[in-house]
Amino acid sequence: MTSQVSMNSAEPGELTYTADEMMTVAAARALRDGMTCFVGIGLPSAAANLARAIHAPGLVLIYESGTIGAKPAELPLSIGDGILAETADAVVSVPEIFNYWLQPGRIDVGFLSAAQIDKFGNINTTVIGGDYGNPRVRLPGAGGAPEIAASCREVIVVVRQSTRSFVERVDFVTSVGHGHGGDSRTKLGLKTKGPTRLITDLALWEPDPVTKEMTVVSIHPGVTRAQIQENTGWSVKFAARVAETPAPTSNELEVLHELHARTNRAHSEAA
Amino acid sequence: MAEIVSLAEAVERAIHDGDAVAMEGFTHLIPFAAGHEVIRQRRRDLTLIRMTPDLIYDQLIGAGCARRLIFSWGGNPGVGSLHRFRDAVEHGWPTALEIEEHSHAGMANRYVAGASGLPFAVLRGYNGTGLETLSTGHGTAPTIKPITCPFTGETLTAVAAIQPDVAVIHAQRADRSGNVQFWGIAGVQKEAVLASQRSVVTVEEIVESLDPRPGAVVLPGWTVSYVAHVPGGAHPSYALGYSVRDNDYYVAWDAIGRDRDAFSRWLEQHVYAVGAGQL
Repeated sequence: MTSQVSMNSAEPGELTYTADEMMTVAAARALRDGMTCFVGIGLPSAAANLARAIHAPGLVLIYESGTIGAKPAELPLSIGDGILAETADAVVSVPEIFNYWLQPGRIDVGFLSAAQIDKFGNINTTVIGGDYGNPRVRLPGAGGAPEIAASCREVIVVVRQSTRSFVERVDFVTSVGHGHGGDSRTKLGLKTKGPTRLITDLALWEPDPVTKEMTVVSIHPGVTRAQIQENTGWSVKFAARVAETPAPTSNELEVLHELHARTNRAHSEAA
Repeated sequence: MAEIVSLAEAVERAIHDGDAVAMEGFTHLIPFAAGHEVIRQRRRDLTLIRMTPDLIYDQLIGAGCARRLIFSWGGNPGVGSLHRFRDAVEHGWPTALEIEEHSHAGMANRYVAGASGLPFAVLRGYNGTGLETLSTGHGTAPTIKPITCPFTGETLTAVAAIQPDVAVIHAQRADRSGNVQFWGIAGVQKEAVLASQRSVVTVEEIVESLDPRPGAVVLPGWTVSYVAHVPGGAHPSYALGYSVRDNDYYVAWDAIGRDRDAFSRWLEQHVYAVGAGQL
């Protein structure tokens, strides 16, 4: 499923939207007003800024470049675009953002993406295939993710599903989710919740309270259980009661379209 | 006291084959012009250190300057892969590249330890990650180890200090005595300069005296080796107050970096054919 494909077959008067828009809206809804949020570039940044525009005007956006309380009018291409520094409440150095702000656990939620994720929400952004010294694919690496996964009070992971990205066991653990499940995090000395939500183009997942295996709790409109299984590299567990994710509303879509339009305008003016 | 010299002279005097070089700047203030001068002077066997290799190290790696890379995130921000970096790791082109990788928090703390004159720094991090195990398994000295807090008994993580031979940064301004001032996203440049034996700072302008700026970092001239006046020296990165990030360049780099021939042509036209003074 690509991001260009409409998720639902439009009936007259029904809204159409892309898989990416469904993911972005679902991620935005997970953020509450007044939260502090460690944001990465791309979809997480779009989601956080959508939330700020709709229901969470007091959401505090923190980018790893050291910009705290950034209020960008359009989406940055990098985590260090000038608009983040210019609109921030405070700009601090990189050692400071990790040591004083992230490490003590004062940030509510961290957004992460993944090249590979496993059934316990462990994340790989390092290497795929082969061995470490001779990988089939060399990915960018860790960045801020290991400590975001360890130190934010909770983590939301946003990733598109496929059997390549959703694997039984990741090739390399770049960032720890729920380890081998159960009380893995506690045993590692981690005091935070880890991934509490996994948002994909097909469904919303949450860790089972005991086993910590990621479990489907809500299916996006028009998506079947079979589709979810076909795009997952392990045998999928569904919660006892599975909801249907509410489709994006016209307001959510309008604000998101406007955000992207402003971003495109700003980037073409700068060029 | 910093000497104010040309970029070519600064690179020639500060950076030698086999050196460990940290060119820092976190998205903002990346010293691209200095990196290109290192390519032009055909330095070899460098250990390149940088949290986010970015296009600058993609270019240096593709040009064959590096033997080793110490880093924490090697992508083209908001765009995708660094293809020259990947080609070196996956296929050894143009030369094999050893890598030592960390998380951002680990790298930042390694610089802090280096700047503090300590052998290591302590953080909560790496628990349960593959990075922790890697650090001991690949023939080099481990740079991540557990350490017990002497006060509470808690197990924490120690990371080895980074003390490069040379730090290279770009700043907004310097004065005639070589005092350096930069502001906006300040990254880890102060730590990188203070951790290094020598340093090269390129600046947008040289002024008579530095007036105070909110949030600015000042590196006194006696902590800096060489200052070179290189306006636009951070392009396609940017210098807040002087230029904006050239996002189109980052997007366009994907196609150039992806192809060895396109990259070699780029190198010829945009680096070797250009003099240090004509940026």
